[in-house]
Amino acid sequence: MILGRHHGGGVIVVTFVIALLLTVAPLPEWARYLRPDWVGLVLIYWCLALPDRVGVGTGWSVGLLVDLLTGSLLGQHAMALTIVAYLTLKLHLRVRLFPVWQQALTVLVLLILHQLLSLWVSRFIGRPGPPMYYWAPSLAGMLIWPFIYIALRSLRRSFRVS
Amino acid sequence: MLLVTLSIALMMMDHRQNHIESLRAGLSVLVYPLQLAIEMPRAVSEWFRESLATRRELQENNASLRTQLLMLKAQGQKLQSLETENIRLRELLDSSFKIGERVLVAELMSVNLDPYKHQVVINKGELDKIYPGQPILDADGVMGQVVHVGPYTSTAILITDTAHALPVQVNRNGIRTIALGSGAINRLELPYIPNNADIQPGDLLVTSGLGGRFPPGYPVAVVQGVQHDPGRPFAAVVATPSAKLNRSREILLVWPDDTSTLETGSTGQTGAPSPPEEQPVVPEEAAAATEENP
Repeated sequence: MILGRHHGGGVIVVTFVIALLLTVAPLPEWARYLRPDWVGLVLIYWCLALPDRVGVGTGWSVGLLVDLLTGSLLGQHAMALTIVAYLTLKLHLRVRLFPVWQQALTVLVLLILHQLLSLWVSRFIGRPGPPMYYWAPSLAGMLIWPFIYIALRSLRRSFRVS
Repeated sequence: MLLVTLSIALMMMDHRQNHIESLRAGLSVLVYPLQLAIEMPRAVSEWFRESLATRRELQENNASLRTQLLMLKAQGQKLQSLETENIRLRELLDSSFKIGERVLVAELMSVNLDPYKHQVVINKGELDKIYPGQPILDADGVMGQVVHVGPYTSTAILITDTAHALPVQVNRNGIRTIALGSGAINRLELPYIPNNADIQPGDLLVTSGLGGRFPPGYPVAVVQGVQHDPGRPFAAVVATPSAKLNRSREILLVWPDDTSTLETGSTGQTGAPSPPEEQPVVPEEAAAATEENP
Protein backbone atom coordinates (compact mmCIF):
# COMPACT_ATOMS: atom_id res chain seq x y z
CA MET A 1 0.00 0.00 0.00
CA ILE A 2 2.78 2.40 0.83
CA LEU A 3 4.67 3.12 -2.34
CA GLY A 4 7.77 5.22 -2.60
CA ARG A 5 6.35 8.71 -2.59
CA HIS A 6 3.21 7.82 -0.74
CA HIS A 7 3.34 8.26 2.92
CA GLY A 8 1.11 7.76 5.92
CA GLY A 9 -1.40 5.26 4.56
CA GLY A 10 -1.96 4.18 8.14
CA VAL A 11 -3.52 7.53 8.96
CA ILE A 12 -6.09 7.08 6.21
CA VAL A 13 -6.93 3.60 7.43
CA VAL A 14 -7.27 4.83 11.01
CA THR A 15 -9.63 7.64 10.02
CA PHE A 16 -11.81 5.18 8.14
CA VAL A 17 -11.84 2.81 11.10
CA ILE A 18 -12.90 5.63 13.40
CA ALA A 19 -15.61 6.63 10.94
CA LEU A 20 -16.88 3.05 10.84
CA LEU A 21 -16.92 2.91 14.62
CA LEU A 22 -18.88 6.15 14.80
CA THR A 23 -21.34 4.71 12.29
CA VAL A 24 -22.51 2.07 14.76
CA ALA A 25 -21.60 3.66 18.08
CA PRO A 26 -24.58 3.79 20.40
CA LEU A 27 -26.28 7.17 20.58
CA PRO A 28 -29.21 8.43 22.63
CA GLU A 29 -32.57 7.91 20.97
CA TRP A 30 -33.07 11.50 19.80
CA ALA A 31 -29.63 11.62 18.19
CA ARG A 32 -29.99 8.36 16.30
CA TYR A 33 -31.83 10.03 13.47
CA LEU A 34 -29.24 12.80 13.22
CA ARG A 35 -26.16 10.61 12.98
CA PRO A 36 -24.10 12.05 10.14
CA ASP A 37 -22.71 9.76 7.52
CA TRP A 38 -19.20 9.63 8.94
CA VAL A 39 -17.82 7.23 6.39
CA GLY A 40 -19.15 9.35 3.56
CA LEU A 41 -17.60 12.51 5.01
CA VAL A 42 -14.19 10.93 5.53
CA LEU A 43 -14.30 9.38 2.08
CA ILE A 44 -15.14 12.73 0.49
CA TYR A 45 -12.31 14.41 2.35
CA TRP A 46 -9.67 11.91 1.27
CA CYS A 47 -10.96 11.93 -2.28
CA LEU A 48 -10.55 15.70 -2.32
CA ALA A 49 -7.18 15.72 -0.65
CA LEU A 50 -5.49 12.71 -2.18
CA PRO A 51 -7.38 11.81 -5.33
CA ASP A 52 -4.55 9.63 -6.57
CA ARG A 53 -4.63 7.43 -3.50
CA VAL A 54 -8.20 7.28 -2.32
CA GLY A 55 -10.83 6.76 -4.91
CA VAL A 56 -13.52 4.55 -6.26
CA GLY A 57 -11.94 1.31 -5.07
CA THR A 58 -11.60 2.60 -1.53
CA GLY A 59 -15.18 3.81 -1.64
CA TRP A 60 -16.37 0.40 -2.68
CA SER A 61 -14.48 -1.57 -0.07
CA VAL A 62 -15.38 0.80 2.75
CA GLY A 63 -18.98 0.70 1.60
CA LEU A 64 -18.93 -3.06 1.77
CA LEU A 65 -17.72 -2.84 5.35
CA VAL A 66 -20.56 -0.46 6.13
CA ASP A 67 -22.97 -2.98 4.65
CA LEU A 68 -21.57 -5.75 6.80
CA LEU A 69 -21.58 -3.60 9.87
CA THR A 70 -25.10 -2.26 9.55
CA GLY A 71 -26.68 -5.40 8.19
CA SER A 72 -27.99 -3.74 5.06
CA LEU A 73 -28.16 -5.49 1.73
CA LEU A 74 -24.65 -6.47 0.73
CA GLY A 75 -23.57 -3.89 -1.85
CA GLN A 76 -26.09 -1.19 -1.01
CA HIS A 77 -23.69 1.26 0.57
CA ALA A 78 -20.85 -0.07 -1.55
CA MET A 79 -22.60 1.10 -4.69
CA ALA A 80 -23.65 4.44 -3.22
CA LEU A 81 -20.20 5.24 -1.87
CA THR A 82 -18.56 4.18 -5.14
CA ILE A 83 -20.66 6.71 -6.97
CA VAL A 84 -20.01 9.37 -4.34
CA ALA A 85 -16.26 8.75 -4.63
CA TYR A 86 -16.45 8.89 -8.40
CA LEU A 87 -18.27 12.22 -8.41
CA THR A 88 -15.89 13.64 -5.82
CA LEU A 89 -12.95 12.66 -7.97
CA LYS A 90 -14.59 14.35 -10.94
CA LEU A 91 -15.17 17.52 -8.96
CA HIS A 92 -12.13 17.59 -6.73
CA LEU A 93 -10.16 20.25 -8.62
CA ARG A 94 -13.04 22.68 -8.42
CA VAL A 95 -14.24 21.87 -4.92
CA ARG A 96 -10.77 22.22 -3.44
CA LEU A 97 -10.77 25.90 -4.33
CA PHE A 98 -14.15 26.62 -2.78
CA PRO A 99 -14.43 28.33 0.59
CA VAL A 100 -15.44 25.96 3.32
CA TRP A 101 -19.14 26.86 3.40
CA GLN A 102 -19.40 26.31 -0.33
CA GLN A 103 -17.66 22.99 0.08
CA ALA A 104 -20.23 22.14 2.71
CA LEU A 105 -23.00 22.67 0.18
CA THR A 106 -21.29 20.37 -2.29
CA VAL A 107 -20.87 17.82 0.47
CA LEU A 108 -24.57 18.13 1.23
CA VAL A 109 -25.39 17.25 -2.35
CA LEU A 110 -23.05 14.26 -2.28
CA LEU A 111 -24.42 13.00 1.03
CA ILE A 112 -27.98 13.37 -0.17
CA LEU A 113 -27.00 11.40 -3.24
CA HIS A 114 -25.63 8.66 -1.01
CA GLN A 115 -28.86 8.53 0.97
CA LEU A 116 -30.96 8.69 -2.16
CA LEU A 117 -29.15 5.73 -3.69
CA SER A 118 -29.60 3.65 -0.54
CA LEU A 119 -33.21 4.70 -0.39
CA TRP A 120 -33.74 3.55 -3.95
CA VAL A 121 -32.26 0.20 -3.14
CA SER A 122 -34.35 -0.28 -0.03
CA ARG A 123 -37.51 0.82 -1.83
CA PHE A 124 -36.62 -1.58 -4.61
CA ILE A 125 -36.53 -4.51 -2.22
CA GLY A 126 -39.88 -3.46 -0.84
CA ARG A 127 -39.18 -1.64 2.39
CA PRO A 128 -41.60 1.17 3.19
CA GLY A 129 -40.65 4.78 2.57
CA PRO A 130 -39.07 6.59 5.50
CA PRO A 131 -40.40 9.80 7.06
CA MET A 132 -39.09 13.25 6.13
CA TYR A 133 -36.42 13.26 8.80
CA TYR A 134 -34.71 10.47 6.92
CA TRP A 135 -32.75 13.28 5.29
CA ALA A 136 -31.56 14.80 8.56
CA PRO A 137 -28.19 12.97 8.54
CA SER A 138 -27.22 14.76 5.33
CA LEU A 139 -27.91 18.14 6.90
CA ALA A 140 -26.01 17.11 10.01
CA GLY A 141 -23.18 16.01 7.75
CA MET A 142 -23.15 19.38 6.02
CA LEU A 143 -23.03 21.24 9.32
CA ILE A 144 -20.22 19.09 10.61
CA TRP A 145 -18.19 19.21 7.39
CA PRO A 146 -16.10 22.32 8.31
CA PHE A 147 -14.94 20.61 11.49
CA ILE A 148 -14.18 17.36 9.70
CA TYR A 149 -12.33 19.29 7.05
CA ILE A 150 -10.18 21.22 9.51
CA ALA A 151 -9.53 18.19 11.70
CA LEU A 152 -8.55 15.91 8.86
CA ARG A 153 -6.46 18.62 7.21
CA SER A 154 -4.42 19.21 10.33
CA LEU A 155 -4.11 15.45 10.73
CA ARG A 156 -2.90 15.13 7.18
CA ARG A 157 -0.39 17.93 7.59
CA SER A 158 0.99 16.80 10.90
CA PHE A 159 1.47 13.26 9.64
CA ARG A 160 2.51 14.49 6.21
CA VAL A 161 0.19 12.07 4.46
CA SER A 162 0.70 12.36 0.76
CA MET B 1 -18.49 1.35 -13.82
CA LEU B 2 -17.30 -2.09 -13.01
CA LEU B 3 -17.64 -1.71 -9.25
CA VAL B 4 -21.18 -0.38 -9.47
CA THR B 5 -22.18 -3.36 -11.57
CA LEU B 6 -20.46 -5.60 -9.10
CA SER B 7 -22.39 -4.09 -6.20
CA ILE B 8 -25.65 -4.35 -8.06
CA ALA B 9 -24.91 -7.99 -8.76
CA LEU B 10 -24.09 -8.49 -5.09
CA MET B 11 -27.33 -6.87 -4.05
CA MET B 12 -29.32 -9.02 -6.44
CA MET B 13 -27.67 -12.13 -5.14
CA ASP B 14 -28.13 -11.11 -1.56
CA HIS B 15 -31.77 -10.28 -2.07
CA ARG B 16 -32.88 -13.10 -4.32
CA GLN B 17 -30.99 -16.10 -3.11
CA ASN B 18 -29.00 -16.98 -0.11
CA HIS B 19 -25.92 -18.02 -2.03
CA ILE B 20 -23.69 -15.44 -0.53
CA GLU B 21 -24.78 -15.99 3.03
CA SER B 22 -21.50 -17.80 3.55
CA LEU B 23 -19.61 -14.90 1.98
CA ARG B 24 -21.34 -12.50 4.33
CA ALA B 25 -20.54 -14.77 7.24
CA GLY B 26 -16.88 -14.89 6.26
CA LEU B 27 -16.63 -11.16 5.73
CA SER B 28 -18.36 -10.43 8.99
CA VAL B 29 -15.19 -11.58 10.74
CA LEU B 30 -13.64 -8.41 9.33
CA VAL B 31 -16.03 -6.16 11.19
CA TYR B 32 -16.02 -8.19 14.38
CA PRO B 33 -13.10 -6.21 15.87
CA LEU B 34 -15.02 -3.02 15.18
CA GLN B 35 -18.06 -4.37 16.98
CA LEU B 36 -15.88 -5.45 19.88
CA ALA B 37 -14.32 -2.01 20.04
CA ILE B 38 -17.76 -0.44 20.22
CA GLU B 39 -18.73 -2.88 22.92
CA MET B 40 -15.61 -2.26 24.99
CA PRO B 41 -16.43 1.00 26.81
CA ARG B 42 -19.69 -0.43 28.03
CA ALA B 43 -18.08 -3.67 29.10
CA VAL B 44 -15.35 -1.80 30.94
CA SER B 45 -17.80 0.46 32.73
CA GLU B 46 -19.92 -2.51 33.69
CA TRP B 47 -16.85 -4.30 35.04
CA PHE B 48 -15.95 -1.24 37.07
CA ARG B 49 -19.43 -0.93 38.43
CA GLU B 50 -19.45 -4.55 39.46
CA SER B 51 -16.04 -4.54 41.03
CA LEU B 52 -16.61 -1.27 42.84
CA ALA B 53 -20.01 -2.23 44.20
CA THR B 54 -20.20 -1.91 47.94
CA ARG B 55 -20.67 -4.83 50.25
CA ARG B 56 -24.08 -3.52 51.27
CA GLU B 57 -25.30 -3.32 47.69
CA LEU B 58 -24.15 -6.83 47.03
CA GLN B 59 -25.83 -8.12 50.14
CA GLU B 60 -29.10 -6.44 49.25
CA ASN B 61 -28.88 -7.71 45.74
CA ASN B 62 -28.16 -11.18 46.97
CA ALA B 63 -31.10 -11.15 49.35
CA SER B 64 -33.54 -10.00 46.71
CA LEU B 65 -32.26 -12.58 44.24
CA ARG B 66 -32.62 -15.25 46.90
CA THR B 67 -36.27 -14.44 47.53
CA GLN B 68 -36.89 -14.31 43.81
CA LEU B 69 -35.28 -17.71 43.38
CA LEU B 70 -37.40 -19.13 46.16
CA MET B 71 -40.56 -17.85 44.56
CA LEU B 72 -39.59 -19.12 41.13
CA LYS B 73 -38.70 -22.49 42.60
CA ALA B 74 -42.09 -22.73 44.22
CA GLN B 75 -43.72 -21.93 40.90
CA GLY B 76 -41.42 -24.42 39.23
CA GLN B 77 -42.57 -27.23 41.49
CA LYS B 78 -46.12 -26.63 40.49
CA LEU B 79 -45.11 -26.38 36.86
CA GLN B 80 -43.42 -29.75 36.95
CA SER B 81 -46.48 -31.53 38.20
CA LEU B 82 -48.59 -29.71 35.64
CA GLU B 83 -46.16 -30.69 32.92
CA THR B 84 -46.31 -34.37 33.75
CA GLU B 85 -50.05 -34.16 33.97
CA ASN B 86 -50.19 -32.44 30.62
CA ILE B 87 -47.99 -35.08 29.02
CA ARG B 88 -50.15 -37.83 30.46
CA LEU B 89 -53.30 -36.24 29.15
CA ARG B 90 -51.78 -35.73 25.75
CA GLU B 91 -50.67 -39.32 25.64
CA LEU B 92 -54.26 -40.24 26.29
CA LEU B 93 -55.19 -38.12 23.30
CA ASP B 94 -52.39 -39.65 21.23
CA SER B 95 -50.71 -36.38 20.41
CA SER B 96 -47.06 -35.77 20.83
CA PHE B 97 -45.96 -32.95 23.03
CA LYS B 98 -42.68 -31.24 23.33
CA ILE B 99 -41.40 -29.68 26.47
CA GLY B 100 -38.03 -28.29 27.25
CA GLU B 101 -36.42 -26.60 24.33
CA ARG B 102 -32.73 -26.09 24.61
CA VAL B 103 -31.94 -22.46 25.27
CA LEU B 104 -28.80 -20.39 25.43
CA VAL B 105 -28.39 -17.02 27.06
CA ALA B 106 -26.80 -14.39 24.86
CA GLU B 107 -26.30 -10.69 25.11
CA LEU B 108 -27.01 -7.90 22.67
CA MET B 109 -24.02 -5.91 21.59
CA SER B 110 -24.35 -2.17 21.96
CA VAL B 111 -24.17 -1.60 18.25
CA ASN B 112 -26.66 0.78 16.70
CA LEU B 113 -27.77 -0.29 13.27
CA ASP B 114 -29.89 1.48 10.71
CA PRO B 115 -32.60 3.29 12.71
CA TYR B 116 -35.19 2.38 10.07
CA LYS B 117 -34.63 -1.33 10.46
CA HIS B 118 -35.26 -3.18 13.66
CA GLN B 119 -32.19 -5.29 13.86
CA VAL B 120 -29.84 -6.15 16.68
CA VAL B 121 -26.43 -7.77 16.95
CA ILE B 122 -25.98 -10.72 19.28
CA ASN B 123 -22.67 -11.78 20.78
CA LYS B 124 -23.06 -15.43 19.78
CA GLY B 125 -22.49 -16.89 16.36
CA GLU B 126 -21.88 -19.99 14.35
CA LEU B 127 -19.45 -21.30 16.93
CA ASP B 128 -22.34 -21.53 19.38
CA LYS B 129 -24.38 -23.37 16.73
CA ILE B 130 -26.69 -20.46 16.07
CA TYR B 131 -28.56 -20.91 12.81
CA PRO B 132 -30.50 -18.48 10.60
CA GLY B 133 -34.17 -18.42 11.49
CA GLN B 134 -33.55 -19.23 15.11
CA PRO B 135 -36.08 -17.66 17.50
CA ILE B 136 -34.88 -15.28 20.18
CA LEU B 137 -36.80 -14.43 23.33
CA ASP B 138 -36.35 -12.23 26.31
CA ALA B 139 -37.73 -12.70 29.79
CA ASP B 140 -41.18 -11.44 28.78
CA GLY B 141 -41.78 -12.74 25.32
CA VAL B 142 -40.70 -13.32 21.76
CA MET B 143 -38.21 -10.79 20.41
CA GLY B 144 -37.48 -11.92 16.89
CA GLN B 145 -35.33 -14.27 14.89
CA VAL B 146 -31.78 -14.57 13.67
CA VAL B 147 -31.17 -13.55 10.06
CA HIS B 148 -27.42 -13.50 9.49
CA VAL B 149 -24.96 -15.70 11.30
CA GLY B 150 -21.27 -14.91 11.46
CA PRO B 151 -18.65 -16.95 13.29
CA TYR B 152 -18.74 -14.82 16.44
CA THR B 153 -21.77 -12.61 16.12
CA SER B 154 -25.13 -12.78 14.48
CA THR B 155 -27.76 -10.32 13.41
CA ALA B 156 -31.36 -10.73 14.39
CA ILE B 157 -34.50 -9.08 13.14
CA LEU B 158 -37.09 -7.97 15.70
CA ILE B 159 -40.77 -8.83 15.42
CA THR B 160 -41.59 -5.16 14.88
CA ASP B 161 -39.50 -4.83 11.71
CA THR B 162 -41.69 -4.19 8.70
CA ALA B 163 -40.27 -7.26 6.98
CA HIS B 164 -41.26 -9.61 9.77
CA ALA B 165 -44.40 -11.66 10.16
CA LEU B 166 -45.13 -14.10 12.93
CA PRO B 167 -47.90 -16.70 13.24
CA VAL B 168 -49.72 -16.14 16.51
CA GLN B 169 -52.88 -17.20 18.25
CA VAL B 170 -55.08 -15.59 20.81
CA ASN B 171 -54.41 -17.27 24.12
CA ARG B 172 -57.99 -16.96 25.32
CA ASN B 173 -59.76 -18.72 22.49
CA GLY B 174 -57.16 -19.96 20.05
CA ILE B 175 -57.92 -17.74 17.05
CA ARG B 176 -54.95 -18.03 14.74
CA THR B 177 -53.62 -15.10 12.78
CA ILE B 178 -50.43 -13.42 11.70
CA ALA B 179 -48.76 -10.51 13.48
CA LEU B 180 -46.88 -8.15 11.21
CA GLY B 181 -44.20 -5.73 12.28
CA SER B 182 -45.29 -2.12 11.94
CA GLY B 183 -41.94 -0.36 11.94
CA ALA B 184 -42.71 1.20 15.32
CA ILE B 185 -40.93 -0.48 18.20
CA ASN B 186 -44.03 -0.71 20.38
CA ARG B 187 -46.64 -1.87 17.88
CA LEU B 188 -47.58 -4.98 15.97
CA GLU B 189 -50.35 -5.12 13.42
CA LEU B 190 -52.81 -7.94 12.95
CA PRO B 191 -54.41 -7.17 9.60
CA TYR B 192 -56.01 -10.55 8.91
CA ILE B 193 -58.64 -10.78 11.62
CA PRO B 194 -62.21 -10.95 10.32
CA ASN B 195 -64.63 -8.33 11.60
CA ASN B 196 -66.69 -10.85 13.49
CA ALA B 197 -63.81 -12.58 15.23
CA ASP B 198 -63.81 -12.63 19.00
CA ILE B 199 -60.85 -10.50 19.93
CA GLN B 200 -60.72 -7.67 22.42
CA PRO B 201 -58.17 -5.33 23.97
CA GLY B 202 -56.16 -7.07 26.65
CA ASP B 203 -56.04 -10.44 24.90
CA LEU B 204 -52.67 -12.13 25.07
CA LEU B 205 -51.22 -13.32 21.79
CA VAL B 206 -48.90 -16.32 21.92
CA THR B 207 -46.88 -18.01 19.21
CA SER B 208 -48.94 -20.66 17.50
CA GLY B 209 -46.01 -22.75 16.39
CA LEU B 210 -47.39 -22.92 12.85
CA GLY B 211 -44.64 -22.21 10.41
CA GLY B 212 -42.32 -24.37 12.42
CA ARG B 213 -39.91 -21.66 13.30
CA PHE B 214 -41.08 -20.47 16.67
CA PRO B 215 -41.93 -22.90 19.44
CA PRO B 216 -45.62 -22.70 20.35
CA GLY B 217 -46.91 -21.00 23.46
CA TYR B 218 -44.55 -18.12 24.04
CA PRO B 219 -46.16 -14.74 24.70
CA VAL B 220 -45.80 -12.29 21.85
CA ALA B 221 -48.00 -9.28 22.44
CA VAL B 222 -51.07 -7.91 24.16
CA VAL B 223 -53.90 -6.61 22.00
CA GLN B 224 -54.19 -2.90 22.44
CA GLY B 225 -56.96 -1.73 20.21
CA VAL B 226 -59.56 -3.25 17.91
CA GLN B 227 -61.36 -1.15 15.33
CA HIS B 228 -64.23 -2.44 13.30
CA ASP B 229 -64.75 -0.64 10.05
CA PRO B 230 -67.84 -2.00 8.30
CA GLY B 231 -66.38 -1.02 4.94
CA ARG B 232 -63.45 -3.33 5.32
CA PRO B 233 -63.34 -7.10 5.41
CA PHE B 234 -60.88 -7.21 8.27
CA ALA B 235 -60.73 -5.48 11.62
CA ALA B 236 -57.80 -3.20 12.34
CA VAL B 237 -56.09 -4.68 15.35
CA VAL B 238 -52.90 -3.40 16.93
CA ALA B 239 -50.96 -5.04 19.72
CA THR B 240 -48.08 -4.12 22.00
CA PRO B 241 -45.17 -6.57 22.12
CA SER B 242 -44.66 -8.16 25.53
CA ALA B 243 -40.91 -8.39 25.11
CA LYS B 244 -38.92 -5.32 26.03
CA LEU B 245 -37.67 -4.95 22.50
CA ASN B 246 -35.63 -1.83 23.01
CA ARG B 247 -34.60 -2.41 26.60
CA SER B 248 -33.52 -6.00 27.06
CA ARG B 249 -29.84 -6.79 27.02
CA GLU B 250 -29.99 -10.46 27.91
CA ILE B 251 -31.81 -12.61 25.45
CA LEU B 252 -32.52 -16.30 25.09
CA LEU B 253 -31.80 -18.24 21.94
CA VAL B 254 -34.06 -21.26 21.55
CA TRP B 255 -33.59 -24.51 19.70
CA PRO B 256 -37.20 -25.57 19.17
CA ASP B 257 -36.47 -29.01 17.73
CA ASP B 258 -33.82 -29.91 20.21
CA THR B 259 -35.00 -31.54 23.38
CA SER B 260 -31.63 -32.96 24.26
CA THR B 261 -29.97 -32.36 27.56
CA LEU B 262 -28.03 -29.41 28.85
CA GLU B 263 -25.00 -28.23 27.03
CA THR B 264 -22.31 -26.16 28.59
CA GLY B 265 -23.41 -22.59 28.71
CA SER B 266 -27.09 -23.28 28.31
CA THR B 267 -29.50 -22.64 31.11
CA GLY B 268 -33.14 -22.92 31.93
CA GLN B 269 -33.53 -26.51 30.86
CA THR B 270 -36.48 -28.49 32.02
CA GLY B 271 -35.58 -32.11 32.18
CA ALA B 272 -38.93 -33.60 31.33
CA PRO B 273 -39.07 -36.91 29.51
CA SER B 274 -40.26 -36.54 25.97
CA PRO B 275 -41.99 -38.92 23.62
CA PRO B 276 -39.80 -40.20 20.80
CA GLU B 277 -41.87 -39.20 17.77
CA GLU B 278 -40.92 -35.56 17.76
CA GLN B 279 -40.09 -34.26 14.36
CA PRO B 280 -41.30 -30.84 13.37
CA VAL B 281 -44.33 -31.57 11.30
CA VAL B 282 -44.58 -28.31 9.45
CA PRO B 283 -42.74 -28.33 6.12
CA GLU B 284 -39.96 -25.88 5.48
CA GLU B 285 -41.93 -24.03 2.79
CA ALA B 286 -44.48 -22.91 5.29
CA ALA B 287 -41.72 -21.68 7.52
CA ALA B 288 -40.18 -19.75 4.69
CA ALA B 289 -43.51 -18.26 3.79
CA THR B 290 -44.06 -16.89 7.24
CA GLU B 291 -40.57 -15.59 7.61
CA GLU B 292 -40.89 -12.50 5.52
CA ASN B 293 -43.81 -10.88 3.92
CA PRO B 294 -43.12 -9.63 0.42
